[in-house]
Amino acid sequence: MLSTSPAVRLTDTSVRRGRRMIWSGATFDVPTGSFAAVIGPNGAGKSTLINLLLGGLKPASGTVEVLGSPAETGNPRIGLVPQNRSLDHAGSILCRDLVALGLVGTRWGIGLRGPDLAAAVDDVLTAVDAQDYAHLRFGDVSGGQQKRISIAQALITKPDMLLLDEPLAGLDLSGQVDIVELVHHINHDRGVTVLFVTHDLNPLLAHIDSLVYLIDGTPRFGNVDDVVDSGLLTRLYGTPVQVTRTADGCVFTRTE
Amino acid sequence: MFIATLVNSTQTQTGLSLLTSPFMINALIAGTLIAIASGAIGYFVLLRDLPFATHAVAHIGFPGATLAVLVGATPVVGLVAACAAGGIAIGAMGHRARNREVVTGTVLAFATGLGLLFNSLGSAQSGLLTNLLFGNILAITTAQVVAFTAIVLVVLVVLAATGRKLLFASVDPDVAAARGVNTRALSAMFLLAMSLIIAISVTVVGVLLIFALLVTPAATAIRLTARPTRVIAIASGIALVSVWGGLIIATYQPWPPSFVITTIACVAWIALPQLMKLRGPVAAPDIVTHIASS
Repeated sequence: MLSTSPAVRLTDTSVRRGRRMIWSGATFDVPTGSFAAVIGPNGAGKSTLINLLLGGLKPASGTVEVLGSPAETGNPRIGLVPQNRSLDHAGSILCRDLVALGLVGTRWGIGLRGPDLAAAVDDVLTAVDAQDYAHLRFGDVSGGQQKRISIAQALITKPDMLLLDEPLAGLDLSGQVDIVELVHHINHDRGVTVLFVTHDLNPLLAHIDSLVYLIDGTPRFGNVDDVVDSGLLTRLYGTPVQVTRTADGCVFTRTE
Repeated sequence: MFIATLVNSTQTQTGLSLLTSPFMINALIAGTLIAIASGAIGYFVLLRDLPFATHAVAHIGFPGATLAVLVGATPVVGLVAACAAGGIAIGAMGHRARNREVVTGTVLAFATGLGLLFNSLGSAQSGLLTNLLFGNILAITTAQVVAFTAIVLVVLVVLAATGRKLLFASVDPDVAAARGVNTRALSAMFLLAMSLIIAISVTVVGVLLIFALLVTPAATAIRLTARPTRVIAIASGIALVSVWGGLIIATYQPWPPSFVITTIACVAWIALPQLMKLRGPVAAPDIVTHIASS
């Protein structure tokens, strides 16, 4: 692993969509091995940041380096867990075939089976504990199970970085905790750098070490202890927020 | 009987001798090719949520064919050209277009009106309108069989070569794009391939019945199995039984083949998933019913 370069390096980066400036002036590193939450109000450009790191969107100015090289699509060292997939498209195929596509979907020809591929699929299914329902159609498993399958798909290329775009959306509290625990283990045991886009920071506070926060049109990076305080979160969400330190970390709540 | 009437032969031809007559051989070859291709195309039509687009492309082919007659060209050439142009236009419109269904439906209606105009201006061939709207597999010529064979082979080779990429781009477009799959090029390529297969399928079942050959068999197959290659094989099989059944039954009964073809496809769509349920406790996924009905 290229431990000398940070997982992400933005240098005076700005992005536009058409004429609209989404954000600008981003200059920060995300160190290798971080577990960072990406937070910000709706429309602040969280998914835009993910898209930028994936190379699907070019910066209007500045540079974007990912894992030591300029961001470009098709990098198997980056795993993507997308926002909720359209079941109109993905619902009919088997979970394990969706996982297999993560490896062979970029190759010519046909076929989603074969001994080597099956072994690779079983490997990541075991890692996310999804063997029991991998033979079912993706549209027939629960939201939490779909997230596990998506994470398995993202892991199949053995990535060094995992980008998760709102993986907690639509999950109940215990489902959220399960996914956060799973991602924590991937980060901790495999040393995979994690950027985790979320609306709700609470389920993540026990495990993240840092945050990318999009505020006032500029993404910034900070450690949990420096960033998670009442003043910043109040500015971030535009509503009064109270941070309370507890034995397991801290929680924040909206105050009147 | 339908076919015997059509041939209008003075000698009483039996069913068997009809089945070996030249126009019947052409019909069987063309029908087989189209059935196989429509199974593969139909699967991706469902995955990519394009059933309505297939309907629209067929309708856009209609004025192409009638205009071709008006200017003295072969209707099938105009049909293929207009369908291909329609497919490319839908591709250019993209998924982001708002009111996509309204736009498609409006273009569809306009194209049909235009087709009617060209037909009434030309109206050299009285049977043209019926053949275009409802198909006439028995009118397929040897030259068309040769051209259709080439088109189907090219489409099948392209689908086999791009199969996994196209599947990835169809079921999981965001991740596929992030992983470097050229989803736009694949989309344009697929729409062109789809449009060509629609154009040649119109000669069999016509503009109005295209759904039964291109979408219904795949919608049936996707309820029976989740494995992509099996869905395609079963869909092609259903389409094949429909076309052959249509031709064979039409030699004995006074029914047009298009009627029999669409009927077999629709009966399979209703009956086969029910038979699967009777056979054993196979999970009948709601999502697939949803896809089939969308």
